[in-house]
Order: sequence, then structure tokens, then C-alpha cells
Amino acid sequence: MGLFDGVAGFGVTFSTMFRKVVTEDYPRVKKVTAPRYHGRHQLNRHPDGLEKCVGCELCAWACPADAIYVEGGDNTDEERYSPGERYGAIYQINYLRCIGCGLCIEACPTRSLTMTNEYELADDDRQDLIYDKERLLAPLLPGMEQPPHPMRLGTDEQDYYVQGPEMARRSDVQDAVREEIPMVPPREPAPQDGVSTEAVEQSSVMSTGEKR
Amino acid sequence: MTQAPEKPSEQDDLPPVPEGHVRLTIDDRIVDAPQGELLIRTCERLGIVVPRFCDHPLLDPAGACRQCLVEVEMGGRKMPKPQASCTMTVAQDMVVNTQMTSAVADKAQQGVMELLLINHPLDCPVCDKGGECPLQNQAMSSGRAESRFVEEKRTFAKPLPISSEVLLDRERCVLCQRCTRFSRQIAGDQFIELLERGAHQQIGTEETAFGEGEDFQSYFSGNTIQICPVGALTSASYRFRSRPFDLVSTPGVSEHDSSGAAVRRDWRRGAVTRVLAGDDPEVNEEWIDDKTRFAFRYTQSAQRITRPMIRGEDGSLVETSWTEALERAAGLLTAARDGEGPAPVDTDGEALEPKRGVGVLPGGRLTLEDAYAYAKFARLALRTNDVDARARVHSGEELDFLAAHVAGTGLGVTYGDLEEAPAVLTVALEVEEEAPIVFLRLRKAARTGTAVHHLGQWSSPAVVKTGGRLVRCAPGREVEALATLPDPVADGLAQPGAVVLVGERAAEVPGLYAAVSELVARTGARVAWVPRRAGERGAVDTGLVPTLLPGGRAVDDETARAALASSWGVADLPATPGRDTAAILRAAADGELAGLVVGGVEIADLPDPDLARAALGAADVVVSLELARSEVTEYADVVLPVAPVINKAGTFRNWEGRDRRFGTTIDPSGGSAGRVGGTAATTLPDCRVLDTLAVEMDVDLFTQTPEVAGTELARLGTGRPATVGPVRGPEHPDQPETTDEEGTELRLASWRQLLDGGALLADEPDLAGTARPPRIRLSATTARRLGFAEDDPAEVEGPRGSLILPVEVADLPDDVVWAPARVPGTDGTTVVTLAGLGLGHGGPVRLGGGSPMSDGSPS
Repeated sequence: MGLFDGVAGFGVTFSTMFRKVVTEDYPRVKKVTAPRYHGRHQLNRHPDGLEKCVGCELCAWACPADAIYVEGGDNTDEERYSPGERYGAIYQINYLRCIGCGLCIEACPTRSLTMTNEYELADDDRQDLIYDKERLLAPLLPGMEQPPHPMRLGTDEQDYYVQGPEMARRSDVQDAVREEIPMVPPREPAPQDGVSTEAVEQSSVMSTGEKR
Repeated sequence: MTQAPEKPSEQDDLPPVPEGHVRLTIDDRIVDAPQGELLIRTCERLGIVVPRFCDHPLLDPAGACRQCLVEVEMGGRKMPKPQASCTMTVAQDMVVNTQMTSAVADKAQQGVMELLLINHPLDCPVCDKGGECPLQNQAMSSGRAESRFVEEKRTFAKPLPISSEVLLDRERCVLCQRCTRFSRQIAGDQFIELLERGAHQQIGTEETAFGEGEDFQSYFSGNTIQICPVGALTSASYRFRSRPFDLVSTPGVSEHDSSGAAVRRDWRRGAVTRVLAGDDPEVNEEWIDDKTRFAFRYTQSAQRITRPMIRGEDGSLVETSWTEALERAAGLLTAARDGEGPAPVDTDGEALEPKRGVGVLPGGRLTLEDAYAYAKFARLALRTNDVDARARVHSGEELDFLAAHVAGTGLGVTYGDLEEAPAVLTVALEVEEEAPIVFLRLRKAARTGTAVHHLGQWSSPAVVKTGGRLVRCAPGREVEALATLPDPVADGLAQPGAVVLVGERAAEVPGLYAAVSELVARTGARVAWVPRRAGERGAVDTGLVPTLLPGGRAVDDETARAALASSWGVADLPATPGRDTAAILRAAADGELAGLVVGGVEIADLPDPDLARAALGAADVVVSLELARSEVTEYADVVLPVAPVINKAGTFRNWEGRDRRFGTTIDPSGGSAGRVGGTAATTLPDCRVLDTLAVEMDVDLFTQTPEVAGTELARLGTGRPATVGPVRGPEHPDQPETTDEEGTELRLASWRQLLDGGALLADEPDLAGTARPPRIRLSATTARRLGFAEDDPAEVEGPRGSLILPVEVADLPDDVVWAPARVPGTDGTTVVTLAGLGLGHGGPVRLGGGSPMSDGSPS
């Protein structure tokens, strides 16, 4: 037993006092996730606001946790939610079951379903954790129109699918294109060429504050 | 590749080729195949799957899609090109190499697949066939991973409704012609055809070709949807409702007719999303009619009763608990049975003889088990034989006929017998409208040489499509027509294996059942009774008619009664034969019977709806066991909900006498899968409800579940026991009186059409859209005499009302009017029946709205 044995035990304690703290100041300061973090899902829209979801249920089929329930519906000329014949009339994701594996977004044939970085998925009511279509749909951006409405960007769904990337680059719909925009606030505040500040702000709101 | 050097040595060891067979080599395996077998079937038997689209075992070979190419070698020489294995028959010493062993065949198949996919859209995610699509599967198994086709695909407008049920997507079509071949060969409705040529070749109807024309009107159109190997034909009612991979498929039996057709019910979240044909070669092969296929939403109708109801003090029905409802029903029924109800008073206030007894009208849609429970309930709990399942035209003569030829006879004439028969005569049976699966078999038989004769009034579609052999007679004169059958018909029926099919409508013509009985005795033909409803045959065998006990035992046979009483564990059974449906209703209306227990009976179906309403109004006690609110509900004191066929197990005994067992499709008590999104109600089968009701009346039925009831019935036996003496044949009643004004008075001929707004067709607008439009039919001479042109509105006038329908000229006898027996109203709920107008088949009728008004406005 040496003289300093009693103090030596505090060595770790003392040295830690001078290290950087690992405690997060959450929820006052939100954690910024990795860009490809599997957060809450989002149902994307075409640049004119029509839904990309065609109600094909492939996400539900791919889901290993049986967390997704979809029912298709029939688009009509009077009431159109998506280009083409079919849209997702009912779309529910049960976050009590979702394991965030991302197989659903791999399965999506229209890139309708993607995942945001939103991770605050706790609630005190089980029923509220079954997100329906209204809560999953991406918010309407400037230039978008709340469906149902006719196809604004072409005469049939091929125009949306085949010329989609081209349309996305066109200046008049550029502001509205969200999918190309990173979901986290960029490290450099200066906006990239072709990405407007407005859209970036919108997306940062999306990734953090858009709860319920 | 060739087997030639090895063959002699191998064949030395092999047994000789059986008679009528050939020996060939497929993929290096030596196989014996019956002569004439198609190569693709032989491959199937060996477990070699050759991809195919157009090939269907029940359709004639077409060789349309070319997907099944294989390499064939005959006599040591290869055929210059790969051959379609679905059209080539086997031959001695043939050497076949499929894609498994031949690079040539594999390359040929890949090439065909690439060609078929050139114009096929990439819309699998939104296609209803996606997930169960032969094209999708085979493109994955034997197609290319990458498309080389970069040009624009051919497009068409889509979806194109070719009827209110079937949607056509021409882009997806691979021109396999299964649908057109089905229409031509099986159903006989040629409304869909291959049009145009080359790249523009497409499936279409008259309407798509010329802009106008008839719809794809067929009672079997749904089968084309099922056999379409791509998503070119899809169902309007199933459109985008779900994907095959989230459906649970449960085998079942059709509840819509007496065919006993095997079906497959696909369901999800407590609700059936579609019904498909099951595969039963002995019964329906792989086909069902559209009523069976598309009418399934009645279980979710807003009219469904899911909770027991009793009539409150204020006269309105209120929902209540099972306990209270059963107690109330038992109390009322016991009082009514024993005549302890309120004594009726006459107009002067004098007390009359108290009403006594309860009549039972269970309806014709019961499973065998439920029917047995009803029969036992009537005999033990209500102590009566006043029970009759025949909610339709009926007669005492029919009871004799049923006792002699149907009850307890087991499996009689079968579908297979129809196919084999040299001649078939249908009497009082319009097969396509009243027994569609029998029609399909008769049509198949007619195509292979059976002479199918119809005793009827005009060349209806069924007559035309089964060979056009009509024995035309005036309505009501069927008895004479049977006595004086033309020689070819009589000779045909005298051949061994000939069959006479008699429909339930024979009861409309006095003496017709007797005449049929006489005819089969005279010619030696076999006879089968083909009723319309699913439960009719079971009801006869379980004793739901007033003169028969379960198993075809006669009520007035003392030994049979004693035997049944001892096996039921009671001292005795009611000995007097009961009243039939009409007599029960008459007795209730006249104040003799105090109560009625009514099952699934529609008042409009009864021979005298007004009498039925009077009876239900006059009865002290009406207990209704129903699926959905009906007209009876308005009169009921207690309403007990019962389970639809999808929520219970059971057996339908079809017209052949074949037991068609089925399990529960959706068990509402079996966890969330059965409840969520569907009807949350856990309704009980009739046998359970009756069992519990009987317990309240201090009687044990032992029919708590269909299984228990079925076991007891099986132990009892529904075959006629040896102790029963020979049954009485029907006595020949008086001939119908002839009219004195022969030639001037019109006679009515009538039968029900398949889709005419029945209770189980609720909530099916797409199906109703393909119903045959109701028409009045007249001969050209009569139409001219009365001043009607085609499509003129005419008014059928009966003693109790009239009905206006457009006129169509057909080959009826002169002075005969044909009208459908039941016409759904435009709103889909109200129906007009000829019986309700006081009219009947063979009876006199007046026709209003002739020439003076023919150019006036139709109503």
C-alpha cells in the first residue's frame, strides 16, 4: 500500500474532467445525423405536387416487420393523385413495428418512399405511432399544388417517369425539387449553384421540426 | 445429343410399350405416353416445366404464343426448326429436347419471350396481375435480364371496359387467345375476338372495332380474367384492391346455386376481395359463373344484421344481448307452440279458439348441417312437421316426386354422367339462367356428340349454345309435350345413360312431375332434379319438407319415425305430415298458426307475396334468423343474426347429391386478421343459434357446431334406410283446364334470370351491369297481331299490377308471352315479380300498350 494509493484511484476521474464532454445537450441541441441515417419515412411528390406513390404495395411486401399497410386506388380524370392509373389510397406505416431497415425504400419502384433524418419517433400513444398518408407525405413546396389535380407536367405518366430528371433540372421547377437536396443543413451555409436558399431552409425545417 | 446408339440396349431391358401408348425420349429420359397426348403434357408428367401462355388443358390447342418451343427429332432427323410442344402430339421413337437439355430450344424460348415483351408495358407495379402473372414469372425464369428494345412501345387507350366487370388493357396482351377460345369453346358467347393484323393485332369487341356494338355480355366472362396469363383482362371490382401476396386464399364452395362449384376465396383484413374458380374436374372443372365470382360483398352490406334485436314496447326493433333475445324468442315460441298466447277476438269482441303451433320457413340457402338443425328444431322444440324450405313455387306433387326420386338417393346423376350421356332432356329448367355450371357441362357434352334437348318455349341462348334442339310447347302444356315427344327425342332418351334433368319450376305446371316420372319409367332414362338454390337438395335430404324426415324417411312411416325418435332420444315425433309453405302462410294468415320461424326467405320469392305479408302480420310471434335486413325483419318480434357461409364451416349437398364440404373462410373470432376492416361481428351459424334457442325451450338439439351437427347427421344417415317401403310415385293430377277462347288469349311463359337482384347480389353494381336486360318476348305473328314492333314498351298486366318492359321478337309459339319472373328495380332494391303481380307460368296474361300506344313515350 503506497502513500498515494487512495488518490490514484481518482486518476481517471481527474483526467476526464479535462476531456471534451460526451453528454449531448439534447433536446436543446438536436443531434445532426449522418446524411444517410434511416429516419422517418417520407412519401415524395412530383414537382407539380402529384404523389409519386402508385400504391403498388411492394414496400409492404418487402417489409420484414409487416409495418406497412397500403391499399391502392383508381385515379380518374376528375380526381387524380398521381400520374398513371393507380395511387396509394391508404398508406400507413406503423412505427411501433418499423425496424428502420430500409428495405421498403429499396423496393419502391418510383422513388416515392424515401427516409428522412427525422428520428424523434417517440410518443405516449400507440395509436399515434401509426402514421398515415397525411403525415408521411412530403410538404408542398412552392410551385406544388395539393392533389387531386390533373397532370401539369405532361400528358401521361411516361412524361413524369422518362423525363423526370430532365424536368427536375428545368429552372421553373427547380425550386420545387426536393429529392436532390440534402436533408441536413449544409456545413457551408453558402447555397450551391442551382439550389435556392429557400429550398434549403425548407429542408432543414423538414428534417428537424416537422413533427406531427 | 441423339440417343440412337444407346437405345437398342436400353430398350431391351424395358417392358413392352402398353397398348395405345408410344415410347419416346424427353430430355434423355425414356417415357411411355398415351397416343395423342400433347408433348407439353408429357413433359409436365415428367416434371419438366416448359414455359407457356396459350396452352390451357381445358381449351383446344392453339399454338398462338410460341413460348413452348422444344427441339424435336423424328426418325433420327432433327426437325428444321423448334416445334411448339403444346400443339404437337407424341409419336413413337420421338426424341424431344426441352430448354433443359437443348441450347437451341432455350435460345428459341428466350427469343419468343423477348418478342412478347417488346410491346408489353413496364407497369407490373400497378398491374393487378403483378405477383401472380405467368408472364412476369416466366420472364424472370426464361427471359433476358436487360431489354434490347429501345424504340417506342405501341400504346393503346387503357383500361378499356368491355363490360362493367371486365377491363381490357391491350398493351399488356400477348395474343395467346385464351379468352377468345374460352368464349367460343366453353361459354359459347362470342363477343370477344382477335382484330387487325401484324403489329396492330389486338383483342377487341364489336364496340372497339366499329365504335358501337354489343358489350361482352356473358355469364362466364369472369373466367377470362382468371385464365388471362398477363394482366390484359382484369376485374373491375378487384381493380387495385390488393396484391396477390397479401391475400389469404381459402378453398370454398359456391353458395349461389346448387352446382356445388369449388371456389377459392381470397381475403384480407376480414373481407373477401375476390372469388376465383377452384379446380374440381368432377364438378365445375375450372370454371364458375359470374354470379359466384363477383357476388361476395353482401356480407359487408350496410343491411347486415350483426346483433340480436327484439321488438321493444314502442314497436321498434332494438339491439340487445344474445341472452335476452334468445330468452324472449324461446318464451314467445313456447307460448305459441302450446297455444298460450293472447286469445284472438273476432269483430264482435268474442274470444275465438286460441292460435296454436309454429310454422318454420327456413329458406333454401342452408348448409346441410344448418338444415338438419332446423329439421330437428321443428320436430323437437316446436313439435311440428310444419316446416318447408321451398321459398318458391311448390306443389304437393313435387313432394311425392322428391320422395320417390330425390330424397335419400345419394349421389345420382353426376356432371360426368351428363358428359357421357347420349341424350339429355331438360324439363322446366333453363340451364344457363338457373344452373350455369350444368349448362357448361351440357355445352361440353353437346360439343362431343350428346343430343341436348330442351323442353321450353323459345330458342333461348342456352338452347342455341347447346345445339339448338328445342322441343317447343305452349306454357302449361309441358305434360302433353312429354307424352308426345318427337321420335328422335324419345329414342334418344331410351338409350342407356340418357338423362332427364327437371328443374324446380316443374311445380308450376300441375302434372308435370308425374309426367316426368312416367317418362323416365317409360324410357328408362335417369332423372335428376336441379333446383336453383344451394341448400335445396340438402333440405330435402335433412327433412326440411313437411312429409319427410331426415334421410328421406316418410313422416307417415311409423317404423322410420320410431327409429328416428329413439336415435334422437325422445318418446315420439309428430306423426301427421305438416303443411307446406303455402299452407303454413295460409294458416298463419287465417289465425290457425300462432307463430312463424323464418330463415333466409325473401317475401318476393314466395308464390304469393301478399299472402306471406298477411301471414307475417297476423302471426303473434315471428322469429327471424337472418343475415341482413329484409322485408321479414319489419314483421319480426325477435331477429337473430346468423353467419354467412364465409364465417362458418359446412356442407352444401349439390344437385348431384354430392357433399361439398368447406371450412371457415374467415373466422371473425380468430384474431385480428378476421376482424380488422371487416365486419367485426362474430355471428353464429344457424345450427348454433337454433341449438341455444332450443336449450332455452328445454330441448337439446346437440347441434352446437356444424361439425357436431354433421357428425350426428352422418351417424343417422341421409341415405334411405332399408326399412322404408317403396315410395309412392306422384299421382296424376287433373290436366290444366283449357281455355275456351283458344287462340285469342295470351299465355305466360316465364323463368328467373341469373342476375335479377337477389338478396346475395347486394352491393355489386359491376355485376348488375352485366345482367341480361329484362325483355318481353313474343312471336313475330303475335307481335304483329298486337301491334308491337321490336323494342316497343309493352305492359304485362296481372290481377295485382303491371310491369312495363321492351318487346323482343323470338321464336315462341303464337299467343305466348315470355317475361322474366323477377325484375330488379332501377334503384337496385325494389323488385317486381310476376308472382307478385298474380301471374304464373302457363297462366293467362294480358298485354297492354299495343299499336295505339306503340309510338307513345315509354314509361
